[in-house]
Amino acid sequence: MNVRRLDGARQERGTRLGLRFVALGYLLVVLLGPLSMVFWRSFDQGAGHLWRSLSDPNTVHAFRMTLIITAIAVPLNTVFGIVCALAIVRRRFPGAGAVNAIVDLPLALSPVVVGLSLFLLYGRTGWFGGYFERHGIQILFATPSMVIATIFISLPFVAREVVPTLREIGDEQEQAAHTLGAGGWATFWRITLPSIRWAVIYGVVLTTARCLGEYGAVAVVSGHIEGRTETATLRVQDAYENFDVPGAYGISLVLAAMSVLVLVAMTLLKPKEEAA
Amino acid sequence: MSIEVQHVSKRFGSFQALEDVSLDIAGGSLTALLGPSGSGKSTLLRIVAGLEAPDSGAIRLAGADATPLAPQKRGVGFVFQHYAAFKHMTVRDNVAFGLKIRKRPEAELRARVEELLELVQLQGLGHRYPAQLSGGQRQRMALARALAPEPKVLLLDEPFGALDARVRAELRGWLRRLHTEAHTTTVFVTHDQEEAMEVADSVVVMNKGRVEQVAGPRELYDTPANAFVMSFVGRANRFGEAWVRPHDLELVPAPNGTTREAMVERVVHLGFEVRCELVGADGEQLAVQLTRDEADALELDRGQIVYVRPTRQTVFAPA
Repeated sequence: MNVRRLDGARQERGTRLGLRFVALGYLLVVLLGPLSMVFWRSFDQGAGHLWRSLSDPNTVHAFRMTLIITAIAVPLNTVFGIVCALAIVRRRFPGAGAVNAIVDLPLALSPVVVGLSLFLLYGRTGWFGGYFERHGIQILFATPSMVIATIFISLPFVAREVVPTLREIGDEQEQAAHTLGAGGWATFWRITLPSIRWAVIYGVVLTTARCLGEYGAVAVVSGHIEGRTETATLRVQDAYENFDVPGAYGISLVLAAMSVLVLVAMTLLKPKEEAA
Repeated sequence: MSIEVQHVSKRFGSFQALEDVSLDIAGGSLTALLGPSGSGKSTLLRIVAGLEAPDSGAIRLAGADATPLAPQKRGVGFVFQHYAAFKHMTVRDNVAFGLKIRKRPEAELRARVEELLELVQLQGLGHRYPAQLSGGQRQRMALARALAPEPKVLLLDEPFGALDARVRAELRGWLRRLHTEAHTTTVFVTHDQEEAMEVADSVVVMNKGRVEQVAGPRELYDTPANAFVMSFVGRANRFGEAWVRPHDLELVPAPNGTTREAMVERVVHLGFEVRCELVGADGEQLAVQLTRDEADALELDRGQIVYVRPTRQTVFAPA
């Protein structure tokens, strides 16, 4: 009896160790391996060369583009994501079910397809293209189309994080707030938003990471003009194709560092007792 | 503040929650809405609070039509079964919520919150979060929160349903005392008839979306309006068309023409009171309530044959 139990315990521990080994091994091979290679290769030709390629005006401009696009897309998608999640969970208007399905679309579509569809919409012969051209507003091969593409691609993350949390907290607290005299707006700011804040923050982190890393859709609509419509990810490709391999790695390193920074910031912000 | 419910109906999909319900609740009274689950009692309470809209009918508060008013405009306090505590706020901020919304001056707000925390015996726990309180404490916090803006009407939806028996008994007495002091019109929902009888001045018995009877606890028990009320409020035995309370059955050791035969199945001693479960000749279950002296005199025991005679019975006209 005792022996058998010991055997069982040993077996269980074996399984647990095996699982841990597989999980860590997978992470190492698929995630950390390539990342550390990037880190390693960046310094291949010394820190001086790395600095030179990073301080290239076109590279600096590319980073600035990435940051500008992210700074526009993240707040817009945060507001939209929260509104969407409220619509999906609380069903305050007809068609909320359709919204739920459509929100996931950017996850299913390839970014290249998104880019092409924007091309068709805003191109000279597209639905809106003519209108903007008549008014002298450049959409394609300029910042507006890059922002639109990035917004499209990073749309679902906040809503996807907030929906389950909203479901879990239910609407009893909101009802209680109403009976205590709070209107819709006060209830949202004082009750709903504080209750979902960690889901929102996590969604913002994912959205930010996605915006920083966006490549496919932006590549199609931007026209890839050096020093004008090039984002950091496009710059990586540029450097790589021009045989500036350490430069490409260097830019990648900075991009990765930015994402890691965002993740670390979130982990530090999140208080311990709420993490559970 | 009086509450008038006028011809209210409410349907959820194919389920008729309320069907043409009319009810007058006097200002300053303490009323229980009593009924089995699905009887519509919670729905009625939520409609009075404005948390649900009736399909038809009207709600009048203090004589004025409140049907189109949002909950925040009705001046009612509401207590939820599962507390609905604001989890991200301290106990003090929970209680202060209604006052902050009304933008009361800080000094007044602080004084009122302290007064309420004392009233619900949570003084010294104001800095805690709801997760750090027991169920009973959480519900008392919810009560203090509902009372803070001095509502004209206090509505409680199965307020003690999620609590264990001892805490429940304690809070019942407490609600009773609170009402005696403040005289706020109070309506609470319960499926526990003992709770309704013990706390309320007036009990509204509901069943299948309708009001069966409105009466004081004693009247409800002694002169039930129909068979449903008879069987739901207190236990009752059925003898054909007649209904008999367990304490209105007499047990005699020998038959005398008006008695029926039954076998003792179970005897439960509850101190002064003895409850006896019998099985009749046709297999029907009978419940009898006796004093200990009566039970001792009969020497009741399992398997014993006894003879039963009703001393008082009620017959209802067919519905």
